[in-house]
Amino acid sequence: MIYQQTTYLHYQCLQLNGEVDLHNSPQVRKQLLAILKKGDSVLVDFSTLSYIDSSGIATLVEAFNIAKNKQLTLTIVAASGGPLQVLELTNLDKVFPMVANLTDVKE
Amino acid sequence: MTTTSPIITVKNLNSHYGERQILKNVNFCVQQGEIRVIMGGSGSGKSTLLNHLLALLVPTSGSINIDDVDVVNADAKTLSNLRQKMGVAFQGGALFSSMTVGENIKLPLKHHTQLDENTIDIMARLKLELMNLAGFEDLMPAELSGGMLKRAGLARAVIMDPKLLFFDEPSAGLDPVTSVELDELILKLRDAMNMTIVVVTHELESAFKIADKITVLFDGEIALTGTVDEIKNSDDIRIQNLINRRSRNEKINAEQYIKRLTTGQG
Repeated sequence: MIYQQTTYLHYQCLQLNGEVDLHNSPQVRKQLLAILKKGDSVLVDFSTLSYIDSSGIATLVEAFNIAKNKQLTLTIVAASGGPLQVLELTNLDKVFPMVANLTDVKE
Repeated sequence: MTTTSPIITVKNLNSHYGERQILKNVNFCVQQGEIRVIMGGSGSGKSTLLNHLLALLVPTSGSINIDDVDVVNADAKTLSNLRQKMGVAFQGGALFSSMTVGENIKLPLKHHTQLDENTIDIMARLKLELMNLAGFEDLMPAELSGGMLKRAGLARAVIMDPKLLFFDEPSAGLDPVTSVELDELILKLRDAMNMTIVVVTHELESAFKIADKITVLFDGEIALTGTVDEIKNSDDIRIQNLINRRSRNEKINAEQYIKRLTTGQG
């Protein structure tokens, strides 16, 4: 499965696994939009993500914008390696709230 | 840089335009995640080699293997699948003149994927931002400068996040600042996306800045494949002439010269 969903504090946490690409990013999009539609803030956990392509990044941008308009939050957790470099390449590391660990997430 | 099995292997490649032999027994490998620069003067066979790597030309003999596909003998479907993993940025951008910049960039995604329209729009804008072309998506190609066209062409080439990017003369016709920015972008694309990038250029400064290895072509033959330092320190006079921008001053073979002038052959 490309993601696992858990509850952490009052957030829905979507942990992305392996590689998010053109083929599976629509699944991630569908789930992210569903979480936001229910009115929950979301943590996107990158700790087991090895690769994310532009369609995955675009999905996060769209979800982040929806969250913002609904006064919810979308926070990236534990981005490192290639996925972090992609966020840096697109300057989104300066846009998305990012925390190093799940334990750094505030109530 | 990951060094596993080569993503590109070219063996004993020979190519002709009619009677004239363009590539002579060309052999080289490119590793995944490598930036390889193919360098050489005008008429050295650089573009012909690029066209062979893109399977746009059929060689007289030899083999080309890209990402485990035998490019010379592959059927149309296999080539089409391979091309989805490859991006090509042509010298002049090669955009469709009847479409806006945005429509041009989105074309591969609309053609090859089932992504949502919102995702496609954001992906295109992300690439335009990356190329310093934010806000230009609704313009027509004719309304862009040469440098902008080149960057728009690159945006389209990387829209599918290709595994392999071919870039023909990235710096030609660009001002020095844009040229340096483009070099930096090539390095970032490799690092962030682990792209393998093959750049054809005769711009030395750019080649030395971005290349992991450089393959130097002369008259259709590989003079040397090596690191930047190996190329700089090569004692091959042709390479030194290229690096130091000296004219070739080739000796004239009188007999062949007269034959060319009188018969058009030789």
